[in-house]
Amino acid sequence: MIELIDLHKSFGKNHVLRGANLKVEKGESMVVIGGSGSGKSVLIKHIIGTLKPDSGSVLVDGTDIAKLTENELYETRKRFGMLFQMSALFDSMRVWENVAFALMRHGKLKEKDAKDIAIEKLKMVGLVGVEDLMPSELSGGMKKRVGLARAIAHAPEILLYDEPTTGLDPIMADAINDLIVEMRQKLTVTSVAITHDMHSAYKIADRIAMLYEGKIIQIGTPDEIKNTDNATVKQFITGSAVGPIQIEGVTA
Amino acid sequence: MAAADNNIIIRFIELIGRAVEAFGRILISFTEELGRVTILLTSALKQIILPPFEVKNTFKQTIEVGVKSMPVVLITALFTGMVLALQSYTGFKRFNAEIMVGTVVALSLTRELGPVLTGLIVAGRAGAAMAAELGTMRVTEQIDALETLATNPVKYLVVPRFVAGVIALPSLTVIADFIGIIGGYFVTVGLLGANSSVYWKRTWDYLEISDIYNGLIKSCFFGASIAIISCYKGFYTQGGAEGVGKATTGAVVVSSMTILISDYFLSAWLFK
Repeated sequence: MIELIDLHKSFGKNHVLRGANLKVEKGESMVVIGGSGSGKSVLIKHIIGTLKPDSGSVLVDGTDIAKLTENELYETRKRFGMLFQMSALFDSMRVWENVAFALMRHGKLKEKDAKDIAIEKLKMVGLVGVEDLMPSELSGGMKKRVGLARAIAHAPEILLYDEPTTGLDPIMADAINDLIVEMRQKLTVTSVAITHDMHSAYKIADRIAMLYEGKIIQIGTPDEIKNTDNATVKQFITGSAVGPIQIEGVTA
Repeated sequence: MAAADNNIIIRFIELIGRAVEAFGRILISFTEELGRVTILLTSALKQIILPPFEVKNTFKQTIEVGVKSMPVVLITALFTGMVLALQSYTGFKRFNAEIMVGTVVALSLTRELGPVLTGLIVAGRAGAAMAAELGTMRVTEQIDALETLATNPVKYLVVPRFVAGVIALPSLTVIADFIGIIGGYFVTVGLLGANSSVYWKRTWDYLEISDIYNGLIKSCFFGASIAIISCYKGFYTQGGAEGVGKATTGAVVVSSMTILISDYFLSAWLFK
């Protein structure tokens, strides 16, 4: 279970998180929605401990991530898998080496065994015969799949998705959504995704939380969110330029 | 008239104020950056001694920094030795001191030109590559990906490059010293017709072992500086492709300046 309590984070004068609270139950799929620059990425980086909060705590099964020593933090991260927005594949390594990275490093597996597992994980995300390619030879959608295979390779308990459908065509995006749903059924993981793609959010979420002005302003099931009375949430999910949300850098 | 005078004075004071402010800002950012480099260095030194050791990665980086810089270092050293011999031969001839050419070539190369030129070449080649690679990894979130895969990026990326720098630089310098002296011999004896045994005698008579190892101490320091500065620039890159460009330029400029400036102080300290 993941719990964010009164999380504050500033970068210089930019107060990004202003008391964010969020509770994700074990086995749940939580999707955090919010506009560009709303602090979604900052929020997810706090969960995996690459950013430390100015105040507040990040509890993973009761342990405060922010208070761990460096070594404890790296140990804890073995329980996580993360899919990055632009996939973030290691471009100096072959596809299978990317997928098997954590296995070879932490599992001390032999190269041959690690490669076999990598091929199996690649099959799980629908890729066959790409293991010896370099990431630069893959399309955007394939990179996402390899990124997902890398995230699940070491059998993590918690999966984090950073804008999983951004930059993909609608059909490829939906295929990734299906894959995320499938992963959850097969792997019984707790997952947190951040996105501004509502189609994706409705499809993969058990619950949706909206981040606005550094706080979670509403949490609910996809149906509850669709039928919200909150004007801000309504504006966001219907994608209207008119409403309480000010568009940054644009004056009326 | 008096009002105009006052105006000028006020503007002058404002100008000085702004200059002081700008200078202060530069000083602060320099201190900040120095502090962050030191933190990265401390972290890297700590990770060097903690297992697991990055043997494979370090080997790969040593090839990258050392072996692949060899052709450029060889050519530079050869021609530096040659031109050094040519210039000192023609110069010394004016007061009949040609026999000292071997000594001048050997001392200049081992104490000064070997370490410094090798350092500058490696800063331009390997330093730029380090900053560009790590910078690209930073802006494409590959460094974050390492962290999420429970891998300390300082250990995985910085330590191998640092160790490679410290190993490769002195090794390249030894080769540069040797090739430079051969180049000097070739010009002095081969082209200018000086006596071969006199050249070697003058080379060995005045060359002390401390000249060589003090030169190598310098090159170890240069190797460490290039690696840590370039890794720092790459590691903390911000702002996409432009940021990577800036990091790369910064790495080469700062490493080269560090080599040239620290060379004076190291020389003053080592060759008393």
